[in-house]
Amino acid sequence: MIINKEKCLKCGGCVSVCPVQALKLESELKCDNDKCIKCKACINFCPVGALKLEVSK
Amino acid sequence: MIIKDEYDVVVVGAGPAGSSTALAIARSGLDVLIVDRNQELGCPKRCGEGFGDYALNQIGLKRNEKWVDQYINGALLYAPNGKKIVMDYGKDVGYIIDRKKFDKWLALEACKAGAQIQTKTIVDGIIKESDFVKGIHAKFLSEHFDIRAKVVVAADGAESTIAKKAGMKIPSSPNFFDSGFQYEMAGIDLEDKKKLEFYFGQKIAPGGYIWIFPKGEDRANVGIGISAENSRTAKAYLDKFIKTNRKFEKGSIIEVNGGAIPLGGVMHDMVMNGLLVVGDAAHQINPLHGGGLAESIIAGKIAGTVISDAIAKNDVSRRGLSNYNRIWWKERGNKLKNLEKAKTLFEKLSDRQLNTLANELDKKKIEEITSGNLSKLMKLISKLAIVGIKEKLGF
Repeated sequence: MIINKEKCLKCGGCVSVCPVQALKLESELKCDNDKCIKCKACINFCPVGALKLEVSK
Repeated sequence: MIIKDEYDVVVVGAGPAGSSTALAIARSGLDVLIVDRNQELGCPKRCGEGFGDYALNQIGLKRNEKWVDQYINGALLYAPNGKKIVMDYGKDVGYIIDRKKFDKWLALEACKAGAQIQTKTIVDGIIKESDFVKGIHAKFLSEHFDIRAKVVVAADGAESTIAKKAGMKIPSSPNFFDSGFQYEMAGIDLEDKKKLEFYFGQKIAPGGYIWIFPKGEDRANVGIGISAENSRTAKAYLDKFIKTNRKFEKGSIIEVNGGAIPLGGVMHDMVMNGLLVVGDAAHQINPLHGGGLAESIIAGKIAGTVISDAIAKNDVSRRGLSNYNRIWWKERGNKLKNLEKAKTLFEKLSDRQLNTLANELDKKKIEEITSGNLSKLMKLISKLAIVGIKEKLGF
């Protein structure tokens, strides 16, 4: 998961909808990519579009 | 640090739910600590700030002018086709508050009753012994410490990491969350400074609505809540609305807010041994209009009373705390569950249906509906919509 820190409001909405608790919000939002199951719940939720899935090449 | 390493109760989160819970506990003479991860109470705000007297009266407090921004006497509802419905109660029926001042005020009321608070404190773990929650691992700035408590209250908002860390099952399906986004704006040409404005329509705010809540003079909270299933973001919908509406032409954005609105998914079981969950964390939100302030305060009172009672009886097991489930469901849960059904119905209405609904609702009919003379399904939906607005206004 790529987090656009300039867009991120740190509102924590993505943390609420993450089914596997891969996202963590303290002083800034972090994603544990080992936990992430790429379900896109957070991407669909984010009110400002600050989250993106890494595109594998 | 000033705080001790042991309390009767630790409340995580100093929002309205946490402060209301702590207030009830402190009033019963118990030792209670509130911790909050933010460095300032009431910030960042994640709220449209609509409120009324009802919930405060329930906890024996009175409205305080210092946090009232604007009194409200009605609402303007806009159908997708632009048809306006005016609801004018002819007197003040609610108000828009300043959450930064309000949250601080409520937390300080808890302090006056004997509670202690520490901000900038992040809970990074739960102390659990033989299936009982016994306290928290936390850090203040970078200083790590443990606090033991007979009961831990998870009042940590929609994310509710505390309850999850303790092993409680919290509804996390995106179906139970609306995506919320809001600008606090100044320099707006408001139609009526004493009326809330609501805009409905699948193209305007799919599955939700846009609100304008006046905050005095030319200021207002301009926000949107939509279901999370949309391909476009909440911000995109709100920006489009603002760009195409002339009242914002000279507007300034003075604050940006966002967050999850836990609409629906009210929990049947909100307790475990030594832990209880309250407020947004427990999805205690009116599913129809998305307001959670009053629900949090009322639930906090119930939670605080049950906890005090459980500690007095020396039984903080899930059995000892389960009165909270029972009382909350009796007083609020069943009602919220019914409104959740109404919401499901309402969010499925097409723009055409919404327009038809608006046409039905001339002033006289609204009065009929609010007095409750209804039979048909269409009228029922209207009534539910009106009930939602009325509650927002604090009836």
